[in-house]
Amino acid sequence: MDIFGSFALLLALGAAVYAFGGGIAGILTRRPLLTKTARNAGMAVFGLVTLAVATVVYAFFTDDFSLAYVSAHSNHTLPLYYKFSALWAGQEGSLLFWTWLLSIYAFFALFLNRKKHPELMPYVGVTLAGVQIFFLTLNNFVASPFRVLAGMDATGMMHVARLSDGSGLNPLLQYYEMVIHPPILYLGYTGFTVPFAFAMAALLGRYPGEKWIHITRRWTMVAWCFQTVGILLGAHWAYAVLGWGGYWAWDPVENAALLPWITGTAFLHSVMMQEKRGMMKVWNVWLVFVTFMLCILGTSLTRTGIVSSVHAFAESSIGGWFFTFLGIILLVCLAAWFKNRDYLRSDNQLDSLVSRESSFLFNNLILLAACFAVLWGTLFPVLSEAVTGNKISVGPPFFNKVNVPIALFLLFLTGVGPLLAWRKTSYDSLRRNFAWPLAGGVIAGAVAFAFEFREFYPLICLVLSVFVTLTIAAEFYRGARVIASRDGTNLLTAVGELTMRNTRRYGGYVIHFGIVLIFIGISGSAFKQDIQKEMNIGDTLSIGPYKILCQNFDQPSTSNYSSDRATLEVFRDGKSQMMLYPEHRTYLASQVSETMVAVESTPLRDLYLVYAGASPETGKPVIHAYLNPLVKWIWFGGIVVVLGTGLAMFPSRGAALVLRPIAERAWGESVVPQTAPASAPIRRSEGHD
Amino acid sequence: MKAQRKFLIGSGIIVATLLALAYVGYTQSKTYYHTISELATLPAPEQHQRMRVSGNVRNGSILHRDGRIDFVLEEEGKALPVSYVGSDPLPDTFKDGAQALVEGRLQPDGGFTAEQVQAKCASKYEASPTGTPGAPPQPSQTPGQSMNPAQGSTAGKS
Repeated sequence: MDIFGSFALLLALGAAVYAFGGGIAGILTRRPLLTKTARNAGMAVFGLVTLAVATVVYAFFTDDFSLAYVSAHSNHTLPLYYKFSALWAGQEGSLLFWTWLLSIYAFFALFLNRKKHPELMPYVGVTLAGVQIFFLTLNNFVASPFRVLAGMDATGMMHVARLSDGSGLNPLLQYYEMVIHPPILYLGYTGFTVPFAFAMAALLGRYPGEKWIHITRRWTMVAWCFQTVGILLGAHWAYAVLGWGGYWAWDPVENAALLPWITGTAFLHSVMMQEKRGMMKVWNVWLVFVTFMLCILGTSLTRTGIVSSVHAFAESSIGGWFFTFLGIILLVCLAAWFKNRDYLRSDNQLDSLVSRESSFLFNNLILLAACFAVLWGTLFPVLSEAVTGNKISVGPPFFNKVNVPIALFLLFLTGVGPLLAWRKTSYDSLRRNFAWPLAGGVIAGAVAFAFEFREFYPLICLVLSVFVTLTIAAEFYRGARVIASRDGTNLLTAVGELTMRNTRRYGGYVIHFGIVLIFIGISGSAFKQDIQKEMNIGDTLSIGPYKILCQNFDQPSTSNYSSDRATLEVFRDGKSQMMLYPEHRTYLASQVSETMVAVESTPLRDLYLVYAGASPETGKPVIHAYLNPLVKWIWFGGIVVVLGTGLAMFPSRGAALVLRPIAERAWGESVVPQTAPASAPIRRSEGHD
Repeated sequence: MKAQRKFLIGSGIIVATLLALAYVGYTQSKTYYHTISELATLPAPEQHQRMRVSGNVRNGSILHRDGRIDFVLEEEGKALPVSYVGSDPLPDTFKDGAQALVEGRLQPDGGFTAEQVQAKCASKYEASPTGTPGAPPQPSQTPGQSMNPAQGSTAGKS
């Protein structure tokens, strides 16, 4: 099996090298055959890597403990779905998984555009193949998942050894979210390679105008959406499994995932400047480049241990490869930009400070500031050691001090930006659009203030959240009212009709609303309470409106783990509400302990109970209770963001009708002029205005 | 042009504010890393800074005292007596032989008062395989599990 898999990986590397070399030769010699074979080789990488992945999965399913990777991450009794997820539980497998997801993206990028953009696609293929060569080199020669265990027999001969059982999967990963969180986050990380490839291709090929942005908008949104979900799932997993009562700790690995998300968000906004006004071309190209580089950096941070993190303590030799690769990317980007910088000249200039353009500029400025602050804080131990010789780290206060004001300013722009006119906004339109939402926000703030809700940042967050929600609601209402009165339908149908006519715009509003919900949830953390108490049977503790009575302690152990469990009865207003069972398990095979948190989640607050082990002094069990307000809003907001993204990617009804006849005709004929006639109607109806 | 200048002024104000905030956050939370062997040679002012020190917990050195937990960290033959005075219970992974990262301040007597302790299980999860006679040596594995905090922490609890 290992030979089959290794061979598939080697062939995949060969195919990628051909796609790269042949692609470049095809561009230089302008021979269609070379270009075509290079593209086919690029698509073949997908099939070959799939074979390698299938081999690893097969080895896990058949308990092939002669493979080092399988024996280190699985055992006989592991449930089947965890045997599957063990594919990405360790270094070698997760790198292979990375390569595989990238090859899926590359395959579809090449396949779906095989008859389009003949000037652009060869460059795209070459860029994708270049990235694939790097990862396949790692898969083949640095961290192969097909390494076999070898042992010496009595005569001193080396031979392949097979273990009777593997060491199993880390219990922390034996959680259903861990089956989906890594693939989704990886789909985000790898997905940004496609827009990168298109941007690079457009720059190198001097592809006219902003067509590459139209082509890659959906790809970017797909990657962005996966990244969002991946981050939120990771946060939820940390909350539900790690038992420290929080979901975000500014840990380097969390930051690593956040960085490309921030620049990706900036890109999704600033591309509109290029589409509508032909501005910020250099900026957009660099945003895509930087996003991709941050994805590579994030991938390497989790694996190299250059910054110590809750997630990655280990040092590994793979860092050098990643930093060399990052250096190469940076050089290629700089060279491509320098050579073609005249092609990126801006068509327009900023006309007014109160305009859509400037709101986008501020949006980008502040997102980049956040990105820079997070990157700086994450890499500070490394940077300070290099410069001063002292390794200095910064903690959550640093990140919060900078990012909380940034987040609130972004929230403000979320409300204001979409309603400002392009070029210049009149005073009248400002008053018309913002008077009521602003009044609503201020009233909400005043009411909250009167009710002793006086923390500064949460109060601002509340005012802004109400303001943004009202602007969004007003947008839907205004548009729907027009449709309803014209078509004679009711308002709800009209909202649906309105949304489907311009999915990009109204999907965007839905995403913004989801972000508002997430912000509300995060602001709840300012009111977090916790209490820790040694408890015997019959003892009580009080937290917020709850009283918790300790009913029982037992040890419901199984063959897999031994456990200490508390049975706690929760009272509210003197009435019994429910029983909660926080647990502390120790897995016997691995001697790894795990906290099983008991959470009662309501929209207003989560009651989060942890069995914190026995007190060192008295031997009595310690219960740690947290009251986490509004946490549920974060997860709910995440769902809204996903729905909004799906909506925004859906073709608008009006645009689809215009597009179809032209597109169908263009399919059969020459492909070059196809985008030109089609893009005009799209732009009119699909624009985010 | 005028709009551009206004935009630049606005950006300048924002960036300056953020830099000031960043500086305040930095001074509040900066923490130095030192190895145990470095501690003895630190110049006097640096000995009073907040710092992080890592090492392995000496076997049998964990003692539960009234209101604190004492243990000894070892690294490259040097030892550091640590008193943990934090209020959170120690992480599950903190035990004899574990690799630990303590955060706190050095005391005049050469001991270390820790407010936070992070620990990683010494054996990691990839325990050396047993069971097969002539058990093969594990190929040098790099655990680097991306999403794998096989490590408890008292840090981050606010």
